Amino acid sequence: MELFNVNRRNFLKMTGISAGGLILGWSVPKFAIAATADNEHSLNAYLLISTDNTITLFSPNPEIGQGVKTALPMIIAEELEADWQAVVVKQSTIDSKLYKRQAAGGSRSVNVSWDKLRYAGASAKLMLIKAASLEWQVAEAECFAENAHVIHKATQRKLSYGELAEKAALLDVPADKQVKLKSVNEYNLIGKRVGGVDNAAIVTGQPLFGIDQQIPNMLYATYAKCPAYNGKPISANLAEVKQQPGVIDAFIIKGSRSPRQLPHGVAIVGTSTWAVFKAKQILKVKWDTKKAAKDSLTQLQAQAGKFALHDKGDQALLTQGDVKQGFKQAEQTVSSLYTYPYLAHTPLEPMNASAWYTGDALHIWAPAQIPQGGKSLAAKYCKLDESKVVFHQTRVGGGFGRRLANDYVMEAVAISKQIKQPVQYVSTREEDTTHDHYRPSAFFKMKAGIDKQGKISAWQEHFITLGGNKKAGGPAGRILPEFPAPLLSNFELTQSLVKSRMPIGAMRAPISNGVAFPLQSFLHEISTAAKRDHLEFLLEILGDPVWLKPNNKDSLHTGRAAEVLKLAATKAGWGKPLAKGQGMGIAFYFSHSTPVAQVVELSVDSNKKIKLHKITVAADAGPIVNLSGAEHQCQGSVIDGISIAMGQEITFTNGVVEQTNFDDYPLQRINGIPEIEVHFIQSDFQPTGLGEPALPPTAPALCNAIAAATGERVYQLPLNKSGFSL
Amino acid sequence: MPKYKFTLNQQAIVTPDVAKDTPLLWVLRDALNLQGTKYGCGKGLCGACTVHFNGSPTRACQLPVEAASEQKITTIEGLATADKLHPVQQAWLDLDVPQCGYCQAGQIMSAVSLLENIPQPTDEQIEQMMSGNICRCGTYNRIKDAIKVAAGIKDDSIYRIDIK
Repeated sequence: MELFNVNRRNFLKMTGISAGGLILGWSVPKFAIAATADNEHSLNAYLLISTDNTITLFSPNPEIGQGVKTALPMIIAEELEADWQAVVVKQSTIDSKLYKRQAAGGSRSVNVSWDKLRYAGASAKLMLIKAASLEWQVAEAECFAENAHVIHKATQRKLSYGELAEKAALLDVPADKQVKLKSVNEYNLIGKRVGGVDNAAIVTGQPLFGIDQQIPNMLYATYAKCPAYNGKPISANLAEVKQQPGVIDAFIIKGSRSPRQLPHGVAIVGTSTWAVFKAKQILKVKWDTKKAAKDSLTQLQAQAGKFALHDKGDQALLTQGDVKQGFKQAEQTVSSLYTYPYLAHTPLEPMNASAWYTGDALHIWAPAQIPQGGKSLAAKYCKLDESKVVFHQTRVGGGFGRRLANDYVMEAVAISKQIKQPVQYVSTREEDTTHDHYRPSAFFKMKAGIDKQGKISAWQEHFITLGGNKKAGGPAGRILPEFPAPLLSNFELTQSLVKSRMPIGAMRAPISNGVAFPLQSFLHEISTAAKRDHLEFLLEILGDPVWLKPNNKDSLHTGRAAEVLKLAATKAGWGKPLAKGQGMGIAFYFSHSTPVAQVVELSVDSNKKIKLHKITVAADAGPIVNLSGAEHQCQGSVIDGISIAMGQEITFTNGVVEQTNFDDYPLQRINGIPEIEVHFIQSDFQPTGLGEPALPPTAPALCNAIAAATGERVYQLPLNKSGFSL
Repeated sequence: MPKYKFTLNQQAIVTPDVAKDTPLLWVLRDALNLQGTKYGCGKGLCGACTVHFNGSPTRACQLPVEAASEQKITTIEGLATADKLHPVQQAWLDLDVPQCGYCQAGQIMSAVSLLENIPQPTDEQIEQMMSGNICRCGTYNRIKDAIKVAAGIKDDSIYRIDIK
């Protein structure tokens, strides 16, 4: 990667900018403008230095609670030798030309930004050192940077970054090969426990989130969609709604062909959120349901049940060796049917966005995971050039994949376009729960042969996926090959599709968040049947350390997997004697390039009430940037995993979702959450993300522990369906 | 529509004209420009809108503004003094409690009430008193630890941040 190299005079000539600092972008595209004050100077797109030595760092990716607004600037600050206490962190503008990927998804932010941000910090430091050396007329090698100052070793002369910034900004950006990055043992900031940069504002209740935005003369709006997914309003009692106190307008909005972009609905606009929420209660709409979903979960499950009578599905996904031969070698076989339900995302900040369409420009304030996507959609909808659309990134009150779609952003845009006034759109919790893009349900017909040595001689898996109206795939598909497939000699995975028009979407650790439960539970069933220790059984399958896809460092490395399993087991005291009714379960999963192992220790009483004693997590995500944030993500993922496992399920009849709020769709509360101990193996690999990979192992580790404690195997989530409670 | 008078964060205030059944939540957010109190469920299920009503933790989404008339309300914006955070807020910073942060105002308001009633709570008492507040990100371990730190309960296993 090369920093774009341009001198200041050419830059000004080419862009017509006459004053202020400038921001250099990366090789493509070449230019960008930063609105800077006269005393601020930009050395590249990620930082501004002001003459009073204040350093502003720009975080380009959405902050959804995964901690990147702290972690990404930490990477710049480390290489820049900035003083973290004196740094100001701001969310960058949305500019795909300048910052490329500005998304929160796939646990990729740290991974993708690692080199880019290290070079941004290090090259700026080099420019500041060069500016000082020119000032002092000494060699660059005689100077070094420390705590936002450049120091001349021999004479101990010292200039602050603020004093050097103006001159440094005139220098050419050095080529990457001229820039020396710090080694791990030189880090002062990376790897420490650093508090979130917005924490002070959060604990004092300052406006930060999408729903907190205030725009002068702003109106308030809400939006009603057809209870059955993708229904269309024909007519509504709009006149009556408009007469409600505080209501200014009510109108039908025609949605786009894909409801993921802009769903059909009825907008109510008023002088306060309460006025429009209340008016929504008397809204009566005649819906056209010709194109609406008409699925009922019980029918889909009945179809899945028919498929599950067979060990094979219609479509082969992955075959290795010969399963028939493998079953012939078997001393015993194990066969089971697993299932998990549909789920909703339910971030705590409801879907909302503010928009201001002026006729020739559009401003959007929204909590989004893919703001660039929302900006493009909005520009097209308003028939504006993208340069006329400004997307203001706000802090996001939880993502979990719900805000990968920009439907709620478009709802705000469509309403503002109609009334040509600034408007804040807020969805009710009920509207959110019933109009999500759900994590799809699936069934797994599993069959395995176990040979004389207690090894797997055959693995036959029939994956029955609910979701997709034409074909399986996306969040209803599979990420192949998954452990243990590539490590078994005789393996067959086939698929059957139960077609459904219910909307599905990616949820935190998509696919893995479901699949880990049947796969890791079934492995435990096999080792139990073979009367083997489960840890030793898993380590045997992993075998010698290899990359499962040669030379692909985003693939599973069996050695790294074995190390996290061993570490979690050691820290949890795997194998220690336990009282009656107590049990330990271990599970491992690899997603988002990060292997994670977990051990759950629990006891279960005669009423099936579970007491969690301790959960131990071990992960290898390479070097940890912010230890506090990394530990946080693992603990939060585990709690999310418990939440999913215990009592969450979305059901629907005739295309209408039946859960509405946190009473019938319960989220895990503080009660019963045990100590969650997190350990990292800080290997030298490129750092990978931690927002997702610690979620998948939790449900199987929990169910394996229940099996160890009670002898009862859990085949179906959520656990409350089998009478368990926490 | 009437105006209402009450004491908000130690100051006497008068609301603009609002419908009498408007939940205090929306009066605070939309009429009084205090966005710290959050909307999460609208049914008193999640605790994101917790405020103190005459000193008691109360769900502002369930309290009609009429009921607040002539009463004392404290919100997250009123906890700190000009130069000092409340010890619970400080503990939240020292332990880096927030993830997305959306629920934390409600969590802090509940925690402050808890410590006013039980200055040295046990783990069970913390769980009991905090169970009305949902954190979708799962910051419960740190919430529990931060309450202990704010209460001055010594526990060597609690990590504090190295750098603010």
